[in-house]
Amino acid sequence: MAKKRVVTTTINGDTHEFLCKPQQTLLEALRDVLGLTGTKEGCSNGNCGACTVQMDGRPVDSCLVLAVEAEGADLKTIEGVACGNHLDEVQGAFLEGAALQCGICTPGFIMQTESLLEENATPSEEEIRFYLSGNLCRCTGYDKIVKAVQCAAEQRQAAAT
Amino acid sequence: MRDFEYEAPTALSTAIELLAQQNGSAKPLAGGTDLIDHVRTGRLEPDLLVDVKKIDELNVLDLGSDGLRLGAAVPCYKIYGTPEISQQYAALTDSCRIIGGIQIQSRASVGGNLCNSGPAADSIPSLIVLGGVCVIAGPNGTREVAAEDFCTAPGKNVLEAGELLVEIKFPARAANSGSHYRRFIPRNEMDIAVVSVGASVVLDESKENFVSARIALGAVAATPLFAQAAGDALAGQPVNEESIAKAAAAAKEIATPITDMRGTAEYRTHLIGVLIERVINAAVSQARGEAICYKPGH
Repeated sequence: MAKKRVVTTTINGDTHEFLCKPQQTLLEALRDVLGLTGTKEGCSNGNCGACTVQMDGRPVDSCLVLAVEAEGADLKTIEGVACGNHLDEVQGAFLEGAALQCGICTPGFIMQTESLLEENATPSEEEIRFYLSGNLCRCTGYDKIVKAVQCAAEQRQAAAT
Repeated sequence: MRDFEYEAPTALSTAIELLAQQNGSAKPLAGGTDLIDHVRTGRLEPDLLVDVKKIDELNVLDLGSDGLRLGAAVPCYKIYGTPEISQQYAALTDSCRIIGGIQIQSRASVGGNLCNSGPAADSIPSLIVLGGVCVIAGPNGTREVAAEDFCTAPGKNVLEAGELLVEIKFPARAANSGSHYRRFIPRNEMDIAVVSVGASVVLDESKENFVSARIALGAVAATPLFAQAAGDALAGQPVNEESIAKAAAAAKEIATPITDMRGTAEYRTHLIGVLIERVINAAVSQARGEAICYKPGH
């Protein structure tokens, strides 16, 4: 039996030290060890994007990352998006636009949208659909999600000018 | 998931020792996008994963006057995020943009795509047409294998127990050259190729004639195929429909597609011709400095 390892990471700006076995994924460590259950498990094979988090500034499927690989990494999860009780533009646009039904896919969509808007502040509809192609939603359909992303992008642009 | 040990050496020699000691039950871990899934599903049963991402030699991404060096662990997004590579080695970045979705591209490496050796692996036709040479390190030293000779069967390749792919190196691009890769899939993204084609062309000064060409096919045989005769058929020929049709016919000759849920053998053979025409024309446009009407996934 492989021994547990100590992993030190930054999560949403705070330093965390946790124990995990090599066979545990980052998703499992976030949810089961650290209690950060905002990140959801969907397919567990990298198709659905429900478990998307940012690792060193890049969106990744946390089900396809070993927790031990997060040693020294800078992580951002859905818990780090809102500021206190104040939702950010992406969360607000998903809520206002009813871009969700059951909500399991939503944290992943929001994290992926955060990455998209950091890379490209004014994405076209086609760019949004391509960037979000690794996130699957089984209830809403995608039109409301795409509209919410466009709305969030517009709000950020308006706030920036 | 299966219980295994994890090591993340920083020295290439340590990684090779670890891989060699385990008699085949150790696997190198780069992006993990295939490996972790394969361990979870029980398709692979490693006792040790050797994380190779901290080894300098596997993180090389160096474009110089004598060509491109691509470390085996470099993730896709870093490759297409380098504009000079997209300009000079377009087929490679065409591939990197359509391997999985954006999350997968944050982690998945071209080296890993090659070592998984899938018949439909999106990077391999591009590695072949760009003249990629695989640098392999092992307990008995280093050796080099041409990209077209790397895969031997579905999921199999020339790597011996204890050997590790270190980098893929590419020769410098000729003047008036262009390259392109695309695949046919029934949706726009996140899918496995029904058929794929990569091509690299070199044109003469007038940009009206082929000097040489390399063509490779994916998903139409047990391994990605180097269609050497198809590329040779274009050498010295004018850029026109007739010469491209001859190349397509030569490519169809060597394909041995199967019939499965993604398409019949006849359908795949037909698609080879369709894709070769489109891919050669795009590579020619790139060589001429013209805009290419192509969106990833379409």
